[in-house]
Amino acid sequence: MSAAQTPLDRTPSGTRDVLPDEMRELRAISERIRRVFEDAGYGEVYTPALEHEHTFRRLGAAGAQPSYRVFDEHGSVLVLRPDVTVPIARLAATRYAHSEPPLRFCYLEHVYRGVRPQRGESREFLQAGVELLGVGGPVGTAEVLGVLCSALDAAGLRDYRIGLGDATLHPTLLDAFGVSRQRRDSILTELAAGDFVGADRQIHQLGLAPDDADLLMRVARTRGGPEILEGQPPALHEALAGLRETHAMLEPAAAARLIFDFGLVRQLGYYTGAVFEVYDPGHGMPLGGGGRYDELLGSFGRPLPAVGFALDVERVHIALAGEERGRPRVGGGG
Amino acid sequence: MSALRIAVPRGALFGPTLDLLDAIGIDTTEVRRNDRRLLFEDSGIVTMRPSDVPTYVEAGAADIGITGKDVLMEQSERELYELLDLGFGRCRMVLASVAGPDRAAEALRRLGVVRIATKYPKVASAHLLATGRQAEIVEVKGSVELAPLTGLVDAIVDLTATGTTLRENGLEVREEIAVCTARLIVNPVALRLRAPEIDALMERLGAV
Repeated sequence: MSAAQTPLDRTPSGTRDVLPDEMRELRAISERIRRVFEDAGYGEVYTPALEHEHTFRRLGAAGAQPSYRVFDEHGSVLVLRPDVTVPIARLAATRYAHSEPPLRFCYLEHVYRGVRPQRGESREFLQAGVELLGVGGPVGTAEVLGVLCSALDAAGLRDYRIGLGDATLHPTLLDAFGVSRQRRDSILTELAAGDFVGADRQIHQLGLAPDDADLLMRVARTRGGPEILEGQPPALHEALAGLRETHAMLEPAAAARLIFDFGLVRQLGYYTGAVFEVYDPGHGMPLGGGGRYDELLGSFGRPLPAVGFALDVERVHIALAGEERGRPRVGGGG
Repeated sequence: MSALRIAVPRGALFGPTLDLLDAIGIDTTEVRRNDRRLLFEDSGIVTMRPSDVPTYVEAGAADIGITGKDVLMEQSERELYELLDLGFGRCRMVLASVAGPDRAAEALRRLGVVRIATKYPKVASAHLLATGRQAEIVEVKGSVELAPLTGLVDAIVDLTATGTTLRENGLEVREEIAVCTARLIVNPVALRLRAPEIDALMERLGAV
């Protein structure tokens, strides 16, 4: 047999080697982002790639689910981290158990997820993120959104926008209409999956007045500038007041990047307030996102309000290349 | 900004989709005149197989698209928004077997497993699992009706509009799994970055 390649010579599906040209660009982007985080007072931490499985079990189904499990030499089950927010919650509750909040951390770490076939998804990808622990409500959210915009500016993106919503909007509204918990969760699942046709059908089966059912769907489809925060149903006033305050606290350049989006529902279940996602015409998928998770640290015994985000560095790189090509993939009709 | 790029399905949904686009003021004359061209810059239309529409829309290569609910059910893991039921292209996803005594039921009773041929393996296995039956799914690409007639399988899961093809091949509908119509789907990034254009389009569609 010749020295022909056997299947074992390839990297596993969903993984790849990074060669020098790409590596230089990725390093440059990462370094610019890291500098922004550090300058904003977020100290860089590194948590282990391997964690105890029960660290991620604390959240039940609400958190990112580990896809890779290994046994150590004592038979304990370890997992490859599927996100960094949970390890930082653990770190804050153990290593900073008696420190005076607020705590500010940033990280550049690879996370490990399962992939769906033929989507160019990665089993291992680099996240750049921050966590702000101990600052609640609009103040903390606005600070982190400011850092996010500075990081994207430093990375070199010109045309990005930030979608901003609130995880409590739809639950609050459905509760206000007296929808049962089971029905409510079923509708929220449809909205999270982006199936507005299914959500519409379920809402119209609730037996509400037609105007009320239409209102629920209209809210889910509402996105735009700060003007959409006005004239909404009273049940939403508290959440919308929070978004309005957040908007008012931002620097004008960052505020101009916002798209308010009442239909924005993040996949992870631990968000308790503001949620956001980063969009750029250079990439067909969000570049990253985050939000408030005021109850996560409590499950590690250190109750503190918290907010954070993570950027997918490879997607930021692809979006940059897309912007440079001058022919964005999204909306590129000509 | 440039026009929205619209993924249009060829096949059974092609005609009604073009009629709908005409009705909301998107000119499809070029598309109708050219059977082989795939990309039409002026109208923003790109044409493709219905099952490719979610692929283009999810990646952002098209901002919006039109395809059948059957395709979306089979590709349910795609990250995109399903905004509107367009109502046309109405079909039923059914389980059918050779007319007369139900061979599928007999296979389950005596052999414990029912063999099913389909172009929709995910929909078929989900339906059989949900109804508590053990199934062996055989994926075929061409005419599914042939499979039970030759003894390859006990039953099929397939899409039918009028039931004529099933009847002409001596097959009988045993169960209805879902009713499928054409849907409007949108890329998650386009939904936000092209919100004004997409909302305007939705409004015109709602008025048709």
